[in-house]
Amino acid sequence: MPAPTGITRATLLKDLRLEWRSKDAINSMLFFSLLVVVVFSFSFDPSAEESRQIAGGLVWVAFLFAAVVALNQTWARELRNQVLDAYRVSPAPANSLFLAKAIGNFIFVTVLEALMTPLFIAFYRLRALGPAWQLLIVAALGTWALVVNGTFFAAMSIRTRSREIMLPLLLFPISIPAILGMVQATTAVLNGEGSRVWIALLLSYDLVFTTACLLLFETVLNAE
Amino acid sequence: MTEPAPVITVSNLVKQFGRFAALRGVTAEFSGGKLYAILGDNGAGKTTLLRTLAGLNHPTGGQVSILGATRFHDICREVGYMAHPSLLYDEMSGMENLQYFARLYGMVDARCADVIRAVGLDPELARPVGQYSQGMRQRMSLARALLNDPKILLLDEPFSNVDVHSGTDMVHLLARTRDQGKTIFVVTHQASLLEGAADEFVWMRAGLIVGRTHGLKPPEGAN
Repeated sequence: MPAPTGITRATLLKDLRLEWRSKDAINSMLFFSLLVVVVFSFSFDPSAEESRQIAGGLVWVAFLFAAVVALNQTWARELRNQVLDAYRVSPAPANSLFLAKAIGNFIFVTVLEALMTPLFIAFYRLRALGPAWQLLIVAALGTWALVVNGTFFAAMSIRTRSREIMLPLLLFPISIPAILGMVQATTAVLNGEGSRVWIALLLSYDLVFTTACLLLFETVLNAE
Repeated sequence: MTEPAPVITVSNLVKQFGRFAALRGVTAEFSGGKLYAILGDNGAGKTTLLRTLAGLNHPTGGQVSILGATRFHDICREVGYMAHPSLLYDEMSGMENLQYFARLYGMVDARCADVIRAVGLDPELARPVGQYSQGMRQRMSLARALLNDPKILLLDEPFSNVDVHSGTDMVHLLARTRDQGKTIFVVTHQASLLEGAADEFVWMRAGLIVGRTHGLKPPEGAN
């Protein structure tokens, strides 16, 4: 049996290479998020205090919608030429593929967040009253929450006819606790309030759903 | 001469897609070290049979035993599968594709160049597969199927869109591979290419094997 970590690494590197060459996911995500920032900035003209109240929601909604673009691309490239079948007939474990895809999506969405966050700060004149470093933890846990479920549900929806519609329909309802945690934790940090409860919620959500996805992914991969 | 022991046994195999039965109780035994051509009209069940042997379709009924195992995962290292689509990433070169698939089998990269050469391509070719001609893509796809040095090769339409010369080269390669003791199944509409090379022609119709011949003349009821 080939080493699962080696397969995860090889699959991740392959995905990064494919994305570097095609730029399918990152270009669409960037363009989409940029549009959201600009449209929101025209729609609202908040004061600094109001910005702190609404920024958490705006930022995470923008990242959530942008992440869906990347998540749809994840499996689309495996369906072209039916390459996924080559994986299925190999001895490689299903979970190695899932982890590679989830980590790849995590990297893509994190790059997007790193590029878009300064724009959000500039457009909404944001300044955190609480410890700003906690936002890094919220971002990491929140992003993982989005991509782990997103990767799983994107895999589930690849065989459906309208998969691009199906993914948000499956993903958004189940992500509500995570979105609540991300938004509330971000708002709490921006307003200088305690965010530990929300960070704990995000951590628990990540643990539960990562475990569930790993347990169920083989069934999803081998479904007809 | 005694017949070699069967490497694949299929018993009353049924595969339904909704209400459509693609396989309707296929029963057959296939001996090792032979090249089988699976023939039949569109919708006869050839590809479904091949995909079921490859573990990609789950039988609705009946059983498949390959090298004595009924779970495909137990013998997946011994099977090479080539589908009608290339099963390759268009954005990567042939070598990059094969190096990735070699990792899935826990293999070293050294074999990649050998199998690319074996199918008549240049391992140094840096062009992405998406820019290959259809014939080159088919050859690279065959190289991917041969990569893990399988005992059983399942090939779906390997000669489609390939010129006669390249097709003949591929048949010679398959015959050599068979002579090394491998068992090869070729689903094709270009049966004439395999005349003289295939050990047996397996005729399918409406989800059933309706005959097996040593020559290309179809049995009664195959048409």
